[in-house]
Amino acid sequence: MAQPIIEFKNVAKQYDDNIVLKSVDLEIEAGKFYTLLGPSGSGKTTILRLIAGFLEATSGDILFEGQRINDLPPEKRRVNTVFQNYALFPNMNVFDNVAFGMSIKGKKKSDIKAKVAEMLTLVKLKGYEDREISELSGGQQQRVAIARALANDPEVLLLDEPLSALDYKLRKDMQYELREIQKRLGITFIFVTHDQEEALAMSDWIFVTNEGEIVQNGTPVDIYDAPINHFVADFIGESNILSGVMRQDYLVSFAGKEFENVDGGMRPNEPVEVVLRPEDLDLVSVDDGKLVVTIDYQSFRGDYYEITAHDDDQNYWKIQATNPAVTGERRGLFFDPEDIHIMRLDESEEDFDARMEEYEDSEEDVQHES
Amino acid sequence: MNRNRTFSYTIPYYLWLGLFVIAPVILLVIQSFGNLSGHFTLNNYATYFSSGTYLRMTFNSVFFAFIVTGITLLISYPMAYIMSRLKHAQFWLLLVILPTWVNLLLKAYAFIGLFSKTGTVNNFLTLIGVGPHQLMFTNLSFLIVAAYIEIPFMIMPIFNSLIELDKSYINAARDLGATSWQTLTKVIFPMSMGGVKAGIQAVFIPTLSLFMITRLIGGNRVITLGTAIEEHFLVTQNWGMGSTIGVILIVAMGLTMFLTRDRKKKGARHGK
Repeated sequence: MAQPIIEFKNVAKQYDDNIVLKSVDLEIEAGKFYTLLGPSGSGKTTILRLIAGFLEATSGDILFEGQRINDLPPEKRRVNTVFQNYALFPNMNVFDNVAFGMSIKGKKKSDIKAKVAEMLTLVKLKGYEDREISELSGGQQQRVAIARALANDPEVLLLDEPLSALDYKLRKDMQYELREIQKRLGITFIFVTHDQEEALAMSDWIFVTNEGEIVQNGTPVDIYDAPINHFVADFIGESNILSGVMRQDYLVSFAGKEFENVDGGMRPNEPVEVVLRPEDLDLVSVDDGKLVVTIDYQSFRGDYYEITAHDDDQNYWKIQATNPAVTGERRGLFFDPEDIHIMRLDESEEDFDARMEEYEDSEEDVQHES
Repeated sequence: MNRNRTFSYTIPYYLWLGLFVIAPVILLVIQSFGNLSGHFTLNNYATYFSSGTYLRMTFNSVFFAFIVTGITLLISYPMAYIMSRLKHAQFWLLLVILPTWVNLLLKAYAFIGLFSKTGTVNNFLTLIGVGPHQLMFTNLSFLIVAAYIEIPFMIMPIFNSLIELDKSYINAARDLGATSWQTLTKVIFPMSMGGVKAGIQAVFIPTLSLFMITRLIGGNRVITLGTAIEEHFLVTQNWGMGSTIGVILIVAMGLTMFLTRDRKKKGARHGK
């Protein structure tokens, strides 16, 4: 594996008695789109500021291409930031904002002019050089902020919840554009967000943070399909989380019944949590169902119906269906063995990864048998 | 009904404005066109613009106000900047504001105690073997005391504009490669210009018409327009001439406000 461009070794940050980051390790490879995903106060922005150099780590090492950069001031780091509130200088126009970094470094006027034009074309604001910042819409300011950061040819671009102030449609468009820009330039993007949908749509790799720790990292598909614990399962997407018992490998008991599944590597009769995604559940006739549920409530969501139901064991279920259901009706609930995801209580990320690796091969065998 | 009520609430303010702002200014202007016996004349203005004494006095006033404003700005900006960065910023600001609650004359007398032949400063100078010196009634002592009195009025608006400055602008400048000095000169200073202008207005205009300190500390060596007005109204009883100088001062204030107003920049500036 190539040397990571950014590496954290046991990095911690605390203010007086308030610990905001507990001993974080992470590796960032060059040329990928990373996302730090977590609720507010989970430490994701702290990680970003440590990389940018606006904060100093209390302990631990931050490495950039193998060199320790803990004591390097922000202006000497080869990273640039797109700020949440954009932080465009209101006393300068668009050209001067984008040119700021280059004029500080004393580049040639003609070079600056060409680069600014190139950057504004990249963010689709060609010809906006003479506009004042106050004349721009939120979406346009956002683009200027991206152009200003990219004009310095950073190795890594840090984005601190840059889309949170935009409306839904504009946010969607910007997600595609950011991904497009990242692929075109081939540089590393580290994106901070609390919006799981945004993270899943844009990233090559996601770090999920909670309470000052990285609780899980992986590809969007890994994290969605195999959340490590209750927090991740609940935070990423909708989920039904039930407590259950792992009878033996590939056999789990929950909601008063036993089900065949594809997970293993746990002690016999170990208490676990069971995750079932609402979109993996199908409403069928009572006879075909693995469980019988009574429909409580449904709401129309445009592209699907969200149905709430309860089973005979009084567990509540969220189900996504394309067809409406009838409130009060008893229906069968069907799901496949591979739709059941098992989470051990308090499993570390290393153990989790090792177990996943071991049972990934056997998972395929089970699927062939069934 | 409702409109009537709103109108009745505004009456006190209009009354105040009319009686204490507009009427006095009108009276001042009328007065300035009257001679000693109260007849209409343009002589006051003619005298003002043709007399070397008045023009020198005007020049003195503007010159000293300019220097005092410059000194206060030089001291106040770094001070406000450092204060805004300190942990208990509001407490330090309170310490700066405190002296403004003390009467101006008391402060002037305190300086007489410090600067007189047998005062604290001269005692100290004698002790280290370089004194005593004549400190009172010099231009220097006038500048020191005037600057001392005006400093809080310069610090307050600058401090406020610095405190309100979003820290992410500073982070952004550093992030884009600016050193702390470049960040100060290219981002922080231009963005706190509003506070600097407000400070200049708050210092320059009152300093133009300072008169008590010119007499007590400056020993009337520095004669400003303020002193001239006092003389005309209280000593020579030439109200017409005093009013004329008053009008000139009002015009000077208007001019200062105009020069330091908030200008909305327009048009292309790049490729300069």
